Amino acid sequence: MITATVTGAFLLAGLFLFFAATVGFLRFPDLYTRMHATGKGDTLAMLLCLIGLAVFNLSDSPTWPGLVQSVKLIFIAVFWFIASPTATHAVLRSAFESGVTPWTKDGKVIIDKTGDGKES
Amino acid sequence: MVQFFLCTALVICLLIFFCLYRAVFGPTVFDRIIGAGFVGTKTVILLVLIGFIYRRIDMFVDLALAYSILNFIGTLIIAKYFLKKGVHEHP
Repeated sequence: MITATVTGAFLLAGLFLFFAATVGFLRFPDLYTRMHATGKGDTLAMLLCLIGLAVFNLSDSPTWPGLVQSVKLIFIAVFWFIASPTATHAVLRSAFESGVTPWTKDGKVIIDKTGDGKES
Repeated sequence: MVQFFLCTALVICLLIFFCLYRAVFGPTVFDRIIGAGFVGTKTVILLVLIGFIYRRIDMFVDLALAYSILNFIGTLIIAKYFLKKGVHEHP
């Protein structure tokens, strides 16, 4: 009973973060803010969901194979906790070097890489 | 508990469907990369949930592990490719 509650709480928290990240991904105005929404919400949501599922698996089958499966789930979470910021950073650096300009409210260019004062 | 997992999987499917909008109609190519990576992340959770629904978690956890590693490597390689090549998009 208590493990079901814990699993449900973790999964619902992860689902809420997935929802928030998706809303931010659809509605934010430019690439960098969208990356801000997904790069963080994604990572924490995956961590919460996998911790909840590992707890459920451990209580559902308390044997050695069940323990190994739970450890694998935690390993996926830890791996993604390292890998997702790395991938986001790589995409962001690639976008910045390619000349994607950040959005501003009045359309003025803050970071001018090309030097002609226009949006590329 | 299986019904709860099923509902969670359905909600995640709906979120993937919304996320595909940005992956298809994204203004820049990097939006598409991020959208594909986001869909891949949710697919990992979906695979683990399908494993719990079908009671074959011993098989699906390895699939999820391999899928997460492939997702990471794919995003990294595409980002590296566009870092070298650059995007030439003139709207």
